[in-house]
This record gives sequence, structure tokens and C-alpha cells, in this order.
Amino acid sequence: MDVLFSQLFAGLSLGSVLLLAALGLALTFGQMGVINMAHGEFMMAGAYTAYVVQGIVSNAGVSLMISLVVGFLVGGTLGLVLEMTLIHRMYRRPLDTLLVTWGVALVLQQAARNIFGAPNVDVRAPEWLRGAISIAGLDVPRTRLFIIALAVVCVVALSLVLKLTPLGRRIRAVVQNRDLAETSGISTKATDRLTFFIGSGLASVAGVALTLLGSIGPTLGTNYIVDAFLVVVVGGIGQIKGAVIAAFALGILQATIEYSTTASIAKVLVFVVIVAFLQARPQGLVSVRQRGIA
Amino acid sequence: MSTLTGLLARPGRTRTLAGFALAAVLLFAVAPAVLSDFRLNLLAKFLCLAMVAVGIGLAWGRGGMLTLGQGVFFGLGAYIMAMHLKLADAGPDGVPDFMSLYGSGEVPAWWEPLRSAPVAILAILVVPCALAALLGFAVFTRRVRGAYFAILSQALAAAFAILLIGQQKVTGGTNGLNGFRSFFGYDLADPVNKRMIFFIAAGVLLLMVALVRQLMVSRFGELLVAVRDQENRVRFLGYDPAVIKVVAYVVAAGMAAVGGALFVPVVGIVSPADVGVVPSIGFLVGVAIGGRATLLGPVLGAIGVSWAQTSLSESFPSGWIYFQGALFIVVVAFLPGGLASLVSKLRRTPREQTAAVPDAPVPDAPPTPAAPPVPATAGGHDD
Repeated sequence: MDVLFSQLFAGLSLGSVLLLAALGLALTFGQMGVINMAHGEFMMAGAYTAYVVQGIVSNAGVSLMISLVVGFLVGGTLGLVLEMTLIHRMYRRPLDTLLVTWGVALVLQQAARNIFGAPNVDVRAPEWLRGAISIAGLDVPRTRLFIIALAVVCVVALSLVLKLTPLGRRIRAVVQNRDLAETSGISTKATDRLTFFIGSGLASVAGVALTLLGSIGPTLGTNYIVDAFLVVVVGGIGQIKGAVIAAFALGILQATIEYSTTASIAKVLVFVVIVAFLQARPQGLVSVRQRGIA
Repeated sequence: MSTLTGLLARPGRTRTLAGFALAAVLLFAVAPAVLSDFRLNLLAKFLCLAMVAVGIGLAWGRGGMLTLGQGVFFGLGAYIMAMHLKLADAGPDGVPDFMSLYGSGEVPAWWEPLRSAPVAILAILVVPCALAALLGFAVFTRRVRGAYFAILSQALAAAFAILLIGQQKVTGGTNGLNGFRSFFGYDLADPVNKRMIFFIAAGVLLLMVALVRQLMVSRFGELLVAVRDQENRVRFLGYDPAVIKVVAYVVAAGMAAVGGALFVPVVGIVSPADVGVVPSIGFLVGVAIGGRATLLGPVLGAIGVSWAQTSLSESFPSGWIYFQGALFIVVVAFLPGGLASLVSKLRRTPREQTAAVPDAPVPDAPPTPAAPPVPATAGGHDD
């Protein structure tokens, strides 16, 4: 029973990290069909933001809160710039966006290496996140709980924005039918930019959260980007629900297989499971009813 | 339609033959005569990478399958070759040195067949092609394509690299496999044998280009391009697009595997750093820059980019990454056809028509020996 519970928690914890990494990706991928390979580097930008903020504000608790907000803005701005300079030119060539944004990712990684140095740096966790608390006989690290909570907050906030605000309505309209939305007077251009701002901002929030789990370096983004994409593929594009289910399913699966084998075998097995799953549902768990898709 | 016919339009048979003859002369006579042993070996490495590029040109440029996982097939070919060379070095019933180093004193059962050279050569072709066929059928028959296929192939590369690192006892882990002394009985320290391997690589690359050219002028080639442009219409005509795509994907995988297998004796090491996500995307750079949908674009692009990387990263290690990133952004965003499309644009202007540009590598094909001597290490990603 203990083993089951600790596996479940390890899975939830991994799942929440995956979810944070994939949430913004699901949004931008669903909205524009754009594969943003620089998404991982936006996470890295968030992590380094936390590092810089902590250099200015020494109180770890305060700096974490400031970093979450500033990180969102930094990542969002990077995304906005990327959209305005490159991505908006390439709507009809989604696969090429993958290559272009990979070029951007290379440049950002190298920039981080030049600015912050190649070795990893550390961000201190605040007092109240150190140590573990005991839940049902299991010692649970507080940082992990914080990340799960952060993932929940992000999902809820994003769902509310999508469901209740005029911006959310516009985003959903563009996801479902870009041309019709445009015809109905929605500025798809402005909507795309805002979507990209939010999605990239969420990536940076994920990056800030990752500083609680370990040291950060220029390759931080590369380590997460593949898993984040897999979550989006399994979840089905365009909806948050799919990403949530997929992230936790993959997280729990990975943690469980890892328990009985090794981490590297688990990665391979998870991949096999995903390919097998796509035999049954090639469009992912949840797919938006889309029209006008070529 | 105009792009379709433009792609299928081919130069006359005489000109193609002349092109191949010129390439053969350059590779077999000029390069060995003007390049030092060291540089010739470097060129051999580039030729191996160009083999991967030829395959990518077929799968991605013609077939529209953006494969981000060619490192897997390259790596399978390379590791099988490396395992065979390790076993051959150890002698009959011997144990490769690194295995005793990492604690296990005996050769795993699945390594044993690779002691035999014919089995190893067969495995280099069969294993990667079988994996590509398996994945291809699983994915293409369920009509998973575009970005989804790209992401899956990328995940395959990630899983493969993680597996290699995790199974240190049988794969050498992060260090990979290295320190080979002989190549099918020929001493690798002898420059004459290194030269022989260069000629093998050059011959194989020419064969691959010829094969892709034959494929492209065949009905299969036309169907492949048709599937890329309008998959559903091809389906309505009674063909199965999945089969066409799988065939192209398998051929591309086989070419990557052969490139990987020859890479090992040329470079002397293979490690997870050569097969993961980053090098897999790296293979695409030369193809995209050279011109993905042309016959020679991928070859020249791959050779040119590797050469530039080797010579530039020596003097500006960080500058090269900025340059590579920027080049990638600019070419893909503003010149999707790659540099080859510039050539054909020039060719179409009436002024240029008299001075027809030959189909063979002429201006910048063989890397000019301007590069400072650098150690031919594998990968080149020091992160």
C-alpha cells in the first residue's frame, strides 16, 4: 500500500512538471499548429529569471513570488517577439516553424551560456518549502507539493481565461475555425499574439518552478521539450483537458515502470506505449472538433 | 502543378552521366591528390554525414516526412559496426576491453552473432530498416503525419540516447565505443587503410545518389511527391500512401545506418552524443540549407555545413552556434527551397540560360583545404 501510494505521488509530481511544461505548448500548438521548439528555452529563460531575481531580492520566499510574475512577463515577451518577427510569416508551413524555432532555441541556449556561463547555477528554495511533510505515513517534499499546487493554479487560471473572457472566446474561435473567425471580425493576428504571449509566459512559469527541483543550466529546455511535446500529442491538440490527463497518465506510467526497471528502460517503454496508444486514437485523447483543416 | 513538373523535370541522360563522372573524378582522383591524409579523413567523415542527408532528402524533401530521429538509424548502424569492431579486436572468444572495465566479464548473448563480419554487415542494414518499417507502419497506416510524426520520431531519438546511456555495461554509456584497432582485418592506424575507407565512403555515397535519382524518375518517385502534396488524392487513385511513405522512410533509415557504420572507422568513436535529439536535428540543417527537394542539395548542404562547422567552430566555438542558428532561421524562413533553389532561379533567367549550370557539384563541392587542422572528434556538441 505504501509502495502504491509513493508511486502514485511520484507520478503526480512528475505529471505536474510535465503539465506545466506542456500547458503553454498545448495552447500555442492548438491555436496555430505551430511547433515551437524554443518553448524549452522559454522555460530556461524563466529559470534564469528566478536566478537573477534572487540575486536582487535576497529573501527566497519573496523572490520566488516575484519570479513567477516577472518570469511570466519575460517568457511572454520573448514569445511575442518570436511571433511578431518569424512565426506569423509561416502560417501555412507549420513544419518549417519547427526548424526556425529550433534555430531560435540554439541561439537562446548559446546566449544563456555566454551570459550566465556554461556551469549550472542554483536558486535557493524559501524556508517554508524546505523539508518534507508527512501525509499518511509518507514523507512528501514540500517543493513537490508546491509544484503540484502551481500546476493546478495554472490550469484553473487558463481554463477560466479560455471559458469566461472575451479573449478566451476569441482564442477558441480561432482554434476551431481560423477563417470563419477572421470573417466574423476577430483579429486573428492580435489573438495569435496574445495566445503566444500567454503560452510562452506559462513556459517560463514552469521554468521558475523547475528551479525548486534542481540546479539550472543552458540545456534545461532541451531536457523537457521532448516530453512536453509527447504530452501534447497524447492529449490531443487544442484542449487543456487532454493535456492534463496525458501529463498525469504519462507521469504515473513513467514513475511506475521506473520503479520496477530503470529510468532508461522506462523511457523506451513509455514511448512504445505512446505509439501503441496512437494506433487506437491517432488524434490523441481529446480532439477539438475542427473545421477547415486541410 | 508547376512545382510538381518542375521537380520531376530532369536533365538529360548525358548531362547526368557527365555529372556523375565529374563527381567521381573529384572524389577519386582530385581529392586524394590534393588533400593530406588528415583532411581526406575529415572529408570521409563529411561524406558519411552526407549519406544521412541523402536519405533525409528523400523522406523529407520528396516525401514530406519531417524525420527528427535519423540519429537513431545512424546510431544503430554505427553501434552495430562498433560492436563488431570491438569484438574483432578482442579476438575469438575475447571480451571487449570496456566490458571488463565496467564490471561484467562476459559478452552478452545478443552481442555474440556480431563477431561474424557478414552477420554484422547484414545487421547494419536489417536492424535499422526493420525498426523504421515497424514505426513507419504503426504511424503511417493510422495517418499520423506532419507535426505528430516529427514529434514521435524525435521522441524515438531521445529514448534511444537515454537507453544507450543507461545500459553502460553493454553500450559503454556516455563514453560510447571507441579505440578500434582494425577494420575487417585492416589496421586502422595505417594511412593506406584510412584512404581505402575514404574510397569506400565515396563510392557508397555516389551509389546512394544514383539510387535516389533512379527512384525519383520512377513511378514510385512520382507517387512519393504526389503523396507529399496531396495524400488524399493519391489514396483516391487506389494507391496506399502508407506503403509509399514506409518504403521511402525505410530507404532513408538504411542510408543513415550505412553512413553511421562507415562513420565509426573514419572517426574512431561513436557515443550517445552522436545519436540523440540535438544531432538528429543537426542532420536536417545541411539538408534544409542545401535544398531539401533536390537531388544534390542535401549532399552539398551536408558537406558544406559540416565543413563550415569544423573550420569555424575551431576559431569561434560560440560564434558557430549563433551562426548555425541564424543561418537556419534565415534559410528556412526566407528561402524554403534552400540554396539549390537559388541555382535553379538563376538558371531560369534567360541571361543565364546559355551558361547552363551543370547538375554536378562544381563551385563549392569539395571542402577547400582552408581549414586549420582540427582533431576529428565525433559530435562536436560540448554541452
